[in-house]
Amino acid sequence: MAVRLRESGRAGRVSAPPSGHADPRVAFEAAKLGLWTFLATEVLLFGALFTAYTVFRLKYPALFQSEHLKLNRVLGTLNTLVLITSSLSVVLGVDAIRRGKARLLERYYGVTVLLGAVFLCVKYIEWTEEFRHGLYPGTNIFFSLYFMMTGLHGIHVILGMGVLAYVVVLSRRGRFSEGYHTPVEIAGLYWHFVDLVWIYLLPLLYLIG
Amino acid sequence: MSHEPSGARRTYVTVYIALVLLTVVTVLVSYVNLGLMNVVVALLIASAKASLVALFFMHLKSEDRLVWGFALVPIAFLALIIFGTLVDTMLR
Repeated sequence: MAVRLRESGRAGRVSAPPSGHADPRVAFEAAKLGLWTFLATEVLLFGALFTAYTVFRLKYPALFQSEHLKLNRVLGTLNTLVLITSSLSVVLGVDAIRRGKARLLERYYGVTVLLGAVFLCVKYIEWTEEFRHGLYPGTNIFFSLYFMMTGLHGIHVILGMGVLAYVVVLSRRGRFSEGYHTPVEIAGLYWHFVDLVWIYLLPLLYLIG
Repeated sequence: MSHEPSGARRTYVTVYIALVLLTVVTVLVSYVNLGLMNVVVALLIASAKASLVALFFMHLKSEDRLVWGFALVPIAFLALIIFGTLVDTMLR
């Protein structure tokens, strides 16, 4: 993905898309479709874990009920609000560059990266708290799934922060305008997906053990 | 930015407020024991939130059928995987 962003950025300077498409509009649609295709694979990646969750939840309902109460529901909710807010700042950033306001885009995407860092800090506090209480990935199947799902999601948050920060760097170099901002849009789509996954993780792990 | 409050930005903020409210509701409901309905309500609210994010923040609302296909087909596959796996593990 980083490679694609770089290529697009370089092409943006000469205001022609990097692909074989003569029409920039078609190139933009193709890039978006490519990102949606990637998200389809992501759905199935997380889907494997959601499947495992469903199987074991049905097999050990009592265990899931007792174990999920050991999670910090307040911090889980706080992190949900942090991610939802970060999605808002992404979509406002996209809106800004659609109107040609690069500085505003950089500010909104910067806020998103900061909120991503806040999310990871809260996650760090939670995991530390759980380790202190002797809750590890090997403790039982609920905590195996919990650490695996939140861990994989956390990796996605870190990657997303990197991609968004890179978009900010490209924007500072003047690569984006009203007419060309494909990397901004597709990086935003990826971040919304990370938010989407968490929207399901909150109820499944924290609220309905 | 404040000169022309566009319809798009107003929509984003409205969707954001809806997402926050739905989050508050789902957390509050989780403290009430509804038995099996807890799962149903929580997943319905999560799906409502996910739909809002996809439709408005990811602009699925204004995408063509091809993108809709790429968004929905993997979800159908996931449902198939979960269903197929459960048929196996539940009937073993």
